[in-house]
Amino acid sequence: MSQSTLTDQETARVRELLGREPNVLEAGMFSVMWSEHCSYKSSKRFLKRLPTSGPHVMQAPGENAGAVDIGDGLAAVFKMESHNHPSFIEPFQGAATGVGGILRDIFTMGARPIALLDSLRFGSPEEKKNHRLIHGVVEGISAYGNCVGVPTVGGDTVFNDIFERNPLVNVFCLGIAKHEHLMRSKATGVGNTVIYIGSKTGRDGIHGATMASDSFDDASVSQRPTVQVGDPFTEKLLMEASLELVERGLLVGIQDMGAAGLTGASSEMASGAGNGIALDVATVPRREEAMTPYEVMLSESQERMLLVVTPERADDVLAVCKKWDLDAAKIGQVTGDGMLTISDQDTIVAEIPARALTDEAPPNKLESSPPQFQETLQGLNLDLVPIPHNYTSVLLELLGSPNLSNKAWIYEQYDFMVRTNTVSRPGSDAAVLRLKGTSRGLAMTVDGNPLYCLLNPYVGGMSAVVEAARNLVCSGATPVGVTDALNFGNPERSDILWQFELVIEGIADACKALELPVVSGNVSFYNETNGVSVYPSPMIGMVGVLDTVENAVSQWFKDEGDIIILLGETLDELGGSEYVRVIHHREQGIPPLLSLETERALHRCLLEAIGRGIVRSAHDCAEGGLAIAVAESCLSRPQAPVGASVKLTPDIPDMRIDALLFGESQSRAVVTVASADVDAFRANAEQFGVPMRTIGTVGGQRLQVRSSDATTSCIDIDVETMYGTWTRQP
Amino acid sequence: MTFGIVVFPGSNCDHDCYDVLGRVLGQDVRFIWHKTTELDGIDAVILPGGFSYGDYLRTGAIAKCSPIMQAVAEFTARGGLVLGICNGFQVLLEMGLLPGAMVRNTSLHFICRDITVRTENTETPFTRRCTSGQVLTIPIAHGQGNYFADDATLAALIEHDQIVFRYASSTGELAPDRNPNGSSDAIAGICNRQRNVLGMMPHPERCAEAILGNEDGRILFASMIDSLAVVN
Repeated sequence: MSQSTLTDQETARVRELLGREPNVLEAGMFSVMWSEHCSYKSSKRFLKRLPTSGPHVMQAPGENAGAVDIGDGLAAVFKMESHNHPSFIEPFQGAATGVGGILRDIFTMGARPIALLDSLRFGSPEEKKNHRLIHGVVEGISAYGNCVGVPTVGGDTVFNDIFERNPLVNVFCLGIAKHEHLMRSKATGVGNTVIYIGSKTGRDGIHGATMASDSFDDASVSQRPTVQVGDPFTEKLLMEASLELVERGLLVGIQDMGAAGLTGASSEMASGAGNGIALDVATVPRREEAMTPYEVMLSESQERMLLVVTPERADDVLAVCKKWDLDAAKIGQVTGDGMLTISDQDTIVAEIPARALTDEAPPNKLESSPPQFQETLQGLNLDLVPIPHNYTSVLLELLGSPNLSNKAWIYEQYDFMVRTNTVSRPGSDAAVLRLKGTSRGLAMTVDGNPLYCLLNPYVGGMSAVVEAARNLVCSGATPVGVTDALNFGNPERSDILWQFELVIEGIADACKALELPVVSGNVSFYNETNGVSVYPSPMIGMVGVLDTVENAVSQWFKDEGDIIILLGETLDELGGSEYVRVIHHREQGIPPLLSLETERALHRCLLEAIGRGIVRSAHDCAEGGLAIAVAESCLSRPQAPVGASVKLTPDIPDMRIDALLFGESQSRAVVTVASADVDAFRANAEQFGVPMRTIGTVGGQRLQVRSSDATTSCIDIDVETMYGTWTRQP
Repeated sequence: MTFGIVVFPGSNCDHDCYDVLGRVLGQDVRFIWHKTTELDGIDAVILPGGFSYGDYLRTGAIAKCSPIMQAVAEFTARGGLVLGICNGFQVLLEMGLLPGAMVRNTSLHFICRDITVRTENTETPFTRRCTSGQVLTIPIAHGQGNYFADDATLAALIEHDQIVFRYASSTGELAPDRNPNGSSDAIAGICNRQRNVLGMMPHPERCAEAILGNEDGRILFASMIDSLAVVN
């Protein structure tokens, strides 16, 4: 039970910091706090490159979640976090507790959670062996989120064989707080009381953070006891009680017990304020008898919080907990000596400078270098990609493929409407929620293309950011902030660290160009089983503001006769596309290149047109290219799918038709306007220097696409057949 | 007129009902905490959706024993209007205030989506504004909404006109693929014989404003307000 994963160098550093040998409990505490998961010892130096400040930032990285001012005296508090390792070992509970953990991060900040989104990466759903994992994760998210009563309003799911034994489960949560209610996790005020609330402490999840900082092999199932079991009902009580405590101004500081449990919460609260905390493990509410101080301090039992309150308010705090039938106990006080002092009744069992646990993990200075295979990956020979004979069947095959098909079979298991704020439901580019009591709305999305990141980590990192921003802009929102969950393999491998470094570089450059601060995030390394790493998988969560929520735009076509417009240029780009992957079975090439200037112009152009009320629908042109974007706009219309007639003119002479239809050139969007508004829209596009072409008309029950130099359609298919293929559950 | 919304610790549609009745429809509305034992000054009670006490056991099984539900039972006996939505419907079944029981959806999955129901009985305080056979689009969001009743109970429900809503197509046709959860006789909502208690799985509070894309749910609350005005 008392395994320590400290390296020799780290053990030496512990001795130096303590001036003596650590005892077993102390070694265990250092071991979890200095794990990669808690200390960011390999990633810290790279993360510094991300822009984290901006005029609206109220809380940059360093707290439980980031916060951005959204006007009306309100802050949007958000973060995305991974729960990959637990979900691989035990899909249902791993995913469920992932939701629980991120919810606590948000309400710990004093914000009421109003939305959840998920980024999920699995092996193919067409393989039966993956079903246990896929369905387990989806049901875990469903069971937890639905019960707590926070809507799951969006997400993205990518299937690729590489994730078969390393699924990625990332959960984004956003909450709303009044400015004056924003809380910090600091143990200020020497003499203040430390109170424990929530579930009793059990023996579950001991060394969970350590498990999450290691690779897997075939024996990983034996680690199942390191995964915690979620209790969403208690989470709901904890959330309501915490928010009531915040609202009534009863708290000095609050911190949830996530990774590293009571050790993490107490040392972070103490060191955040430059103080110490003395606590007595004998007073901690327990689920089991005869638990040792080691077990109490390292347990990762879920649904627990640590509070710091002034002594005179302690009884009021306990009364609120009693109202919500929550366990609560005074377990210690804030001290001025900077030490985390743990006693078991009268015996001191651990005594460590709090900052030593939180700030002194020796950085891992690992080397990075590109992998040997990078050139091969990028060298897509288009001579080996034959031109298809029948584009209609290609379209159908893509529409029915797991990554491009409709995801209702996933999102309809989530309550996406509870709290009655959901204006744009799952299935559009971004979820849009209204903010009751204001005229505003918030849009949010999560995004990331692992294949782009494999082929060119820098471009992949940038693409994730700009595509998320484009999703928000297409819904009418101005992006205001970013959170990132960075999922990679083993950073001790130089090629993995190279991927990490370049992805960060790409994210940083895109965020700087779009003036977007990264206010929170999380790094998950060691997503590797039997030596095989995941593709580099940054997930970008992004939040945007609509001043008038009624102006929100959705991706689907509205009325027959509306004019379809393509914004942006289509280049001869097939590298890294879903088309080449699904139809030609190659994961190769250079992903579409990006001009951040062009992208910015597109955003401005779209926001201006949407603000003027002339945009009926707007859809980001992404995986699957123009043909898929048009098809999705036909099929996702909630009342009933509708057809369209489209004529495409290549921007480049002699361009391949498949690149025109299915290539994934960046900085494009498919927009519809009423025919009377085409001229106004064109004038607007010209003003921003954004290339545009009217490409067709909404209407009928067929999708017909022909290229301008052809007399017959290259795609001609009835909407009903497309819909059937698109909605077939894999 | 004052609406009381019962708040169990795991209720999560309590605020949504409060918002529709208060802000949207301008009614006097109060939260009723589950540990209280009286309903003084309340003209109609809403049992909202959610997971009353976690519902790890059977939905509503623990809520049945809560202090407030004794008061609700007495309130219904006096003829007070009670609307149970989703989890509220499950609680009413557990209490025996409505007949039948709820089991898991046939798909064994939670389902959240818009569905259409046909109004089967307009002679209730909850549906008096509906036209006979009117089709309403209302969202469902539940894992255990598969209403079950034995043949004798179903026959009695039909005989006494207690079936208020059935799952149906947008043109009002009953069809197996329009029944989202496998409910007996496509039942989406029933009332008691006195007509003052309605339980329904769909969530009318989620579709009472244009910004949410659909206002069909308003008709239920408006009917209740009309009924209370008549009584008062």
